[in-house]
Amino acid sequence: MHELSIAHSLVEIAGEAACQANAKQVEAVTLRLGALSGVVKDALLFSYDIAIENTLLAGSRLYIEELPVVVYCPDCDTQTTLDGVQRFRCDQCGQPTAQIIQGKEMEIVSLEYTE
Amino acid sequence: MSSRLLEIHQGILSKNDRLARELRDRFEKAGVYVVNLVSSPGTGKTAFLERTLSMLVEQGCSAAALVGDLATENDARRLERSGAPVRQIVTAGICHLEANMIAEHLAGWRLDTLDFLFIENVGNLVCPSSYDLGEALRIALLSVTEGEDKPLKYPPMFNSADLAIITKLDLAEAVEFKYEETYANIQAVRPGIRVLETSAKTGDGMAAWIELLKRCKTDWQQSQLQEIHLNGHR
Repeated sequence: MHELSIAHSLVEIAGEAACQANAKQVEAVTLRLGALSGVVKDALLFSYDIAIENTLLAGSRLYIEELPVVVYCPDCDTQTTLDGVQRFRCDQCGQPTAQIIQGKEMEIVSLEYTE
Repeated sequence: MSSRLLEIHQGILSKNDRLARELRDRFEKAGVYVVNLVSSPGTGKTAFLERTLSMLVEQGCSAAALVGDLATENDARRLERSGAPVRQIVTAGICHLEANMIAEHLAGWRLDTLDFLFIENVGNLVCPSSYDLGEALRIALLSVTEGEDKPLKYPPMFNSADLAIITKLDLAEAVEFKYEETYANIQAVRPGIRVLETSAKTGDGMAAWIELLKRCKTDWQQSQLQEIHLNGHR
């Protein structure tokens, strides 16, 4: 379980950005989390509440947008959105493909704050 | 008081990723090929690495290792028997290695005198997958005793690996290891990945692994030369 250290990194980056924007209070933080990020959403939500204590982000909510894996098939020149993370195959031709277009994201998108 | 929205678009691990890029650059300049070993606890990373280091040292290569562990220095003591320089990284409970831990533990080592540097990650098939350590090659190890469906249970780790190594081949018969099923599961989560079978105990498959490792290093050096050629002098 490394979500707590992920949450600390998240709070550090969001806190610096909020500080630079002269935020008085942060209301919400939005993240994008790919299915291959290796991070569990529920564990991160739990860790977030611990990590924000006594910071500018205290009391804020965390919104997590979960992104499925999208692979590219060079033979068909098409993209497939995978149902899970266990079968890396093209929908059209059924061939395996390792070209990942989306799914590894672990990105802070934005924060809402009051000044 | 008005509510505002601030766009950030920054990776949560951007600090680690930046440090890892700096490390990769340092490793490339020094010409040291860095390998990150990841697996569950008990797969046999240390035994595999001990044999690998001994073989490389015997063959006149210069190799060193950094080994991560939650609490003990036992693995470093085992690896030192190979004759290669070894440093332990005790993470004090942290379940993975991060780029800054690697940077801190390189102090005083002459990287340009090394051919290979191995990083034995903390035994954990989840967390280490998210952290780039600046390595040139990431190897996921899987022992025959672990169950054929392990790649399906931990896809991000196997997906992030460049090479898969099956360990403890000497026990395959005893545990009725299913080769085809294991290979199919590895290929399902990481199509096209190369898989090697080894036993650090009997030495089976180890010569083929060392040969592949040296070839990977040669390819790595050649791709850098091409890059220099394409981009002009660095």
